[in-house]
Amino acid sequence: MIYLELYWTFFQIGLLAIGGGYATLPMIKERVIIAQGWMTQAEFLDLLTLSQMTPGPIAINASTFTGFRVAGMLGAVVATLGCVSPACVIVTTLAYFYKKYQSLKRVQDMLSVMRPAAVGLIASAGAAIIIETLWPGGIVFDTSFITPDVFAVVIFILSFCALRFFKAPVIIVIITSGAVALAVYLIKGWLN
Amino acid sequence: MNKNRYFGLFATTFSVSALTFGGGYVIVPLLKKKFVDEKGWLEEKEMLDITAIATSAPGVMAINTSILIGYRVGGVGGALVSMLGAALPPLIIMSIVGGLYDSFIDNTYVASALKGMQATVAALLADAVFSLSGNIVGGKDVMGTVIMVVVFAAAFFLNVNVVVLILSCAAIGLVRSFGNKKK
Repeated sequence: MIYLELYWTFFQIGLLAIGGGYATLPMIKERVIIAQGWMTQAEFLDLLTLSQMTPGPIAINASTFTGFRVAGMLGAVVATLGCVSPACVIVTTLAYFYKKYQSLKRVQDMLSVMRPAAVGLIASAGAAIIIETLWPGGIVFDTSFITPDVFAVVIFILSFCALRFFKAPVIIVIITSGAVALAVYLIKGWLN
Repeated sequence: MNKNRYFGLFATTFSVSALTFGGGYVIVPLLKKKFVDEKGWLEEKEMLDITAIATSAPGVMAINTSILIGYRVGGVGGALVSMLGAALPPLIIMSIVGGLYDSFIDNTYVASALKGMQATVAALLADAVFSLSGNIVGGKDVMGTVIMVVVFAAAFFLNVNVVVLILSCAAIGLVRSFGNKKK
């Protein structure tokens, strides 16, 4: 039955998606294109583009997209459920242990080293995104380092000040900058 | 545990998930901003614990962190509500967009709005990294700073797998704990 197959395939993807993000792409590709034949290479590329243009993790987007194409709305729901099921059980169990044992000395010692590591990981992801946003063409130190995407830099600085110095609500800042970017695009269109 | 907390969990994870493009660690500073800075439901330390634990488990960062926060704030019910909040926006949006994706992919309006939103998300990450790393460097434990810098370099420049990194740090913590004997 197609719903069971969808559930099981994305259950496996959810279970094996360790490390997250683009690290899971080859595995999704293998399951969805090669093992099941649910998608062509071209459709998979469309999925990647769509994932970048819509919110949400790529594994969830892949589940919904594939489920929808193969078996409609119910397929999308079933595939997405499959993808989050393993995390639901495993992470809730971990959360239980964390709550129960977090005050133990050994656990605190362990976490005291994991915390700075978590900051390092966030910083690494942050650095990659900041570079990608402000220098969309990539950094070449002789020329493009001095010519970043000016519009992105302006929004970046304004947002940074709003968040850090004025403690503006984060959701509102994100939506505002989206609206401003759209408005600027429309005005440019009229002027030309 | 009152109903308002459940609603708060759902509304927050839903809105954060709806505005997180790109996945992975991007959602962490957003959740930190909402739950630690704006709502005060979690301490910064707990948010970092949650990030570390979410990394070491299989599955998607956004879902894992939401489940952990939900459980911390409201037990199993909270975990479930937060998980739904995080999973619904991509499910809804992808179902709509998946049907008409030809017209969506070439849509320059969407692309331009996205560009603005991404610049803010980058600023948010910069802000979070400043505050978080400042607290680590200003802390008593010098080793924290060393670990942070080494992990950053290993992940950013050498592309070392994040699970390997976080589990190595757990091991280092345990070894150090036993090395200190009983205090």
